[in-house]
Amino acid sequence: MTPDQIIFILTAALIISSALMVVTTRNLIHAALWLVAALFGVAILYAVLNAGFFVVVQVVVYIGAIAILFIFAVMLTRREMRDRGPQLRKNWWLAALLGMLAFSGLAFLLINQADINRSAAVIPAGLDTLGALGAALVSPDLYLLPFEVASILLLAALIGAVYLAATRK
Amino acid sequence: MTFALLIEWLIKGFVLVLVLLGGFAYLTLYERKALARIQVRIGPNRAGPWGILQPIADAIKLIFKEELIPAKADKLLFILAPVVTLVPALVITAVVPWGSEIMMFGRVITLYIADINVGVLYIMSVASIAVYGVVLAGWSSNNKYAMMGGLRSSAQMISYEMSLGLAFISAIMLAGSMRMLDIVEAQRTLWFVLLQPVGTAIFLIATLAEVNRPPFDMPEAEQELTAGYHVEYSGMKFALLFMAEYDKMIAISAIGATLFFGGFRGPFVDTYPWLGPIYMLLKLVILLFGMIWVRATFPRIRYDRLMAFGWKVMLPLSLAIVFITAAGILLAEQVNPLLIWTVPALSLLAGVFTIAMIDRELRRKEYARA
Repeated sequence: MTPDQIIFILTAALIISSALMVVTTRNLIHAALWLVAALFGVAILYAVLNAGFFVVVQVVVYIGAIAILFIFAVMLTRREMRDRGPQLRKNWWLAALLGMLAFSGLAFLLINQADINRSAAVIPAGLDTLGALGAALVSPDLYLLPFEVASILLLAALIGAVYLAATRK
Repeated sequence: MTFALLIEWLIKGFVLVLVLLGGFAYLTLYERKALARIQVRIGPNRAGPWGILQPIADAIKLIFKEELIPAKADKLLFILAPVVTLVPALVITAVVPWGSEIMMFGRVITLYIADINVGVLYIMSVASIAVYGVVLAGWSSNNKYAMMGGLRSSAQMISYEMSLGLAFISAIMLAGSMRMLDIVEAQRTLWFVLLQPVGTAIFLIATLAEVNRPPFDMPEAEQELTAGYHVEYSGMKFALLFMAEYDKMIAISAIGATLFFGGFRGPFVDTYPWLGPIYMLLKLVILLFGMIWVRATFPRIRYDRLMAFGWKVMLPLSLAIVFITAAGILLAEQVNPLLIWTVPALSLLAGVFTIAMIDRELRRKEYARA
């Protein structure tokens, strides 16, 4: 086993076990913190793949903004932060079955990929990955359209949030 | 990677952490002395000549204090919170360059730890993790006041992070790179504070809010929250929270010096590279004095005004600054390099307009009350 594989297996174990804790722990703040651990694991995966930009963006957006908003909302809304109800619904077996089916389908597809055994490409030292990413995001024959569509979606969500939160006088 | 390189990195990281921890101790003394002078007092002068042993006396006092953990606190998080607060304050300085390279022991030693191409984004990401320590400290204490402090700090830090990020963007655009060394190099002839004075002002104000310094120290407002998020902490755990606050001050001043005040650049730094850290230290001391001065001068802002200022003043202004900077750079590239001076001119105009609008709003409120 290569060092990369060992790191991957450890990180994957971290992500899966933290994700499991998110849904099983009864304390809401602990659940949010386990979610942070899982998101941090994903950042480590990006780091292993030499994607430095995605590492920091993952940390800024998911850990620094989204998860902290979860914690903020939980602290604002509940005084008693322990959930006492049953943790499983009656149709849990159906969800488990669907989950297993989706997982086996994905695993089947992945195993049949030709280049599944390839390791991450080595980035040459002088390559400006960040500049290439930026240029790709605004060049019309690459990702300009999806980028703009996503921007407009976010803008619409922003305006919608302001509209919902505004108090009419 | 050779073994010698690994040792070099270890030593550099160790030295940086030691400098930050020693810097924390003497920053408290510097602050107390400067505050005392501003308030026409003398300040600590009992321990050692001019009180220079005062930080050591403080440290010994804190180590021997009794540590309390509230009975109904979340013990693990209560212990973890000071650590989570301190670690980002230390690792954020990893990308700050203290100089270019020097020759020592027959090898070229670079005066920075990490030179990554997303340096500024790294700073943003570590700064955004720093909120967790305060929030967790507030929540795990199981105390109303601490909880209020934690809530306030999370809201405040998220709000001002936007303006901070946009101020970063103005510096990134002027340098055309997110690598800290490139940003310093781009300021070889002209510091960015001259090209983007309003962006620098936004950065300095937003950093005060980010590190919870007065006049934005709502999370620990003594009069209303007794001490906010660290009300239940004592002994060394309190010292860690305290240390994090002052190390954040040092780190954020170092970042500000690098982004807007020319970093380690200064006269003769090309011929004598070891001047770099000295210039950096000089700029740090000046910026830190600014923070202390602000603390001595301004009263704390009321909480609703703090949020209103962050969202209704700082955010629109910093968006305008980003737009003006981009437009000015485009003009300078396409028409005439001298047109880069439209950037400071227009941003000063925007800044003056903002101040005039605030003034008008406050006057209107005054009339409404009378």
